[in-house]
Amino acid sequence: MPEPMRSPQDSRETWPFYSAVALFLIVLPLLNVLPPEDSWLHLSDFRLNQFGKFLCFAILAIGLDLTWGYCGVLSLGQGVFFGFGAYCMGMYLALQIGKESVYGSDLPDFMVWTQVKELPWFWIPFKSFWAGLLGAILVPVLFATIFGFLAFRSRIKGVYFAIITQALAFAAWLVFNRNETRLGGTNGLTDFKQILGFRLSDPSTQRGLYILTVLALIGAYLLCRWIVESRTGKVLIAIRDSESRVVFSGYTPWVYKLFVFVVAAGLAGLAGLLYVPQVGIITPAQIGVLPSLEVVIWVAVGGRGTLVGAVLGAVTVNYGRSVLTNYFPEAWPFILGGLFVVVVTMFPDGLIGIFRKLFSGGPPAPGLAVQKAQGGS
Amino acid sequence: MKGWRCAAIVILLMVVSAVMGPHQRLLFAEEVSSQPSETASAPVAVLSIEQALSGIQSDDPAVRQAAATFLIEKGDAGLIPKLDEIRAEGSRIVRQTIKPVVDLLKNKANLMHESPDFRRSAAADLALTGRVEAIPYLKEAADKEDVWWVRYTMEESWHLLELNSDDPAVRLEAVKKLGELRSLNSLSTLKELIEAGEQSEATEQQKELAAAGRAAVERIETWSMWAGVLETLFRGISLSSILLIMSLGLAIVFGLMGVINMAHGELMMIGAYATYVTQQAFIAWFSPEVFDWYFPAALPVAFLTAAMVGWVLEATVIRFLYGRLLETLLATWGISLILMQAARVYFGDLTAVIAPQALRGGAQVMVGVYLPYNRIFIIVLSVVCVVGVYYLLFRSNLGMRVRAVTQNRNMSACLGIPTRKVDSYTFAFASGLAGVAGWALTMVGNVDPGLGQNYIVDSFMVVVTGGVGKLAGTIWASLGIGGLNKVIEPFTGAVYGKVFILLGVILFLQWRPSGLFAAKGRSADA
Repeated sequence: MPEPMRSPQDSRETWPFYSAVALFLIVLPLLNVLPPEDSWLHLSDFRLNQFGKFLCFAILAIGLDLTWGYCGVLSLGQGVFFGFGAYCMGMYLALQIGKESVYGSDLPDFMVWTQVKELPWFWIPFKSFWAGLLGAILVPVLFATIFGFLAFRSRIKGVYFAIITQALAFAAWLVFNRNETRLGGTNGLTDFKQILGFRLSDPSTQRGLYILTVLALIGAYLLCRWIVESRTGKVLIAIRDSESRVVFSGYTPWVYKLFVFVVAAGLAGLAGLLYVPQVGIITPAQIGVLPSLEVVIWVAVGGRGTLVGAVLGAVTVNYGRSVLTNYFPEAWPFILGGLFVVVVTMFPDGLIGIFRKLFSGGPPAPGLAVQKAQGGS
Repeated sequence: MKGWRCAAIVILLMVVSAVMGPHQRLLFAEEVSSQPSETASAPVAVLSIEQALSGIQSDDPAVRQAAATFLIEKGDAGLIPKLDEIRAEGSRIVRQTIKPVVDLLKNKANLMHESPDFRRSAAADLALTGRVEAIPYLKEAADKEDVWWVRYTMEESWHLLELNSDDPAVRLEAVKKLGELRSLNSLSTLKELIEAGEQSEATEQQKELAAAGRAAVERIETWSMWAGVLETLFRGISLSSILLIMSLGLAIVFGLMGVINMAHGELMMIGAYATYVTQQAFIAWFSPEVFDWYFPAALPVAFLTAAMVGWVLEATVIRFLYGRLLETLLATWGISLILMQAARVYFGDLTAVIAPQALRGGAQVMVGVYLPYNRIFIIVLSVVCVVGVYYLLFRSNLGMRVRAVTQNRNMSACLGIPTRKVDSYTFAFASGLAGVAGWALTMVGNVDPGLGQNYIVDSFMVVVTGGVGKLAGTIWASLGIGGLNKVIEPFTGAVYGKVFILLGVILFLQWRPSGLFAAKGRSADA
């Protein structure tokens, strides 16, 4: 019999949370602003911007951790929702370029190349910032609701769901690559100039976006924590560990699954929304099968089933990537692949699990042990 | 039987799509009727080849034409070098006169070429020239021809040329004959004739011709519709067999071992590279006469290489993950990344395998239906593989042990079955099947590191749709998905076709959440 269920969110996750907030919200921006440029303490604008990007990924990872780590629903299509959010924001930003574009037309550049004379109808609302903002959240949420409803209601679960979402990522990638979808084809949307009148090339705009990203991440974290600590969260963990028993206890698991799936999709949209103005480009390459799977590896490396782990994993893996691809560009796929294998076979609880073993000798992440004893996931 | 019903639906859909789908045919006879016949000019006598060769350089158009006509009638391919010489030096008008002569003579010579493909394309080219002088050659060549498809093209060509004849009776006869031949190439010309006959100032002759033309066109179009049905059917089966041959190994490890092998595509890639390496070895070490034997020789190489890699994978990674499906998915995905990058670093992109002589080209089974040999080969291979797998799993001792371990591992172990060995053999065998699939796929595409990725999503859809652990499910699902794909494609294009298939699979799973052939009873929710 499994050990008595503990609150998944025990106090041990509190101090990493506060220290992360302190680090990302206060220390990094201060290091960027205060020390003189030649000081070793100085964090360049480029690095800060890079951290902003990693934190966007962390929001994406938290969403996946909620569905996979807590509810056992592995979605291999998070990149699609991220892409929806990013493209919605990208469309707004592309329309903000205005007369500054290469061809001096009101239309985005790629439309000029591809002989589009008039703004397609679905672009029109994105002239407004609020449409971009709302669209970036609502489009993924709506899409996830429909997709998830169809999938969960018919009890598609486990690997079946993973494979279906992977096919979704593949299909979305194919569609976004087409020119006739009027979303920039392979080149995607890029060359943005301003957001709400602020120049994107201005370091202070980027700093503001960074702070917003940190705040969004804190919000996402608190939301997910609230969910997993609530009664719903207990049902989620129960579904992950033994769905049949949850059914026999009178719950309807698919509603819970749909709920977390939709929340995760919304978070992915939020991540995409924040990603675009900071990175300055969104292409179909960010949507496909591999980017979606990379999210999974971030969560796995950090430690699934712990929200802090998702953040830790996203930042660590991406930081490692940016460092390693500088020195050994061809080695990254080997390392990424190796990470998949090593983490899955040897460190199922990820970095958080390792830390726990090292520092407190405590048990691995709550809940996972039960799951392993039953031999199912 | 459920399966038959599905198959019937798929075939029906193929028929419907082919009937409604746009027919885009090669129409190369457009210019035939527009070129005026230039033969009947002033009576200038040309008596010998030499005279003609000098006459063709004359400034007088009548002399030139007569010389050209003489050369076309009496000349042969031996004159071509000489004519080319004259052409190289001559004025623009001379060049223009000589060009059709050279073309005709070249094609005339090619009508007797040893390769049927050359003979056929020569006949088709002659129809393009629009010169009635070519008719006798074609008739003569057709008499000697023994390949029906070449003879058909010759007949078609000479009737097309007869449409340019001055004699209305000959033209009328030609139109009727083209209808009988179901000549797809004559469609546009016939339609022009019909248009000409519909105009108000059309002569009685033209009207008669148009009426005959309408009958012929109707006949041809009905025929081409059915040919389209057959071709869609064939393309659907061809894609299905590719999917099937790839999904077989996947279905075995998924259904019998509970492992999602995302590296299956890369095992295929290994099979393909093994074929490539075998080819390079043959090029380096053996004489060119035996080059074609590299392909059969590569079969065991591909199977064993992939099986070895699979065996190592099972021993080092997979065996720690039995019973944890999602984990196997992630770990094997990591392996696939590593294998792909290794291939990219070692082989680079874009290496191709040269198909052996026997698999090049195709069979023209009837007018308008052409079946490439490499596709036929894959269809046959997939059938062989299915039969082989069936016998191995359900009719052999080894298969019985595999199924026993699947059903109850502990009980099997108690009965003395070495379960660990069974695991590793099964995985190695499934990997070997992937290698065979890769071996076959070299015939339809390039060998590149992304080879496996191109099909992996589709083949997983097949496994999911078919239901886990059932061979029949995999077969029907690949037929269904492959067939539907080809049915939808003409309407939506390849990309949206894939999107619709995904949608279809999701909707299908609404109706049958565990696939076509679901496991029943206690093991269903394992």
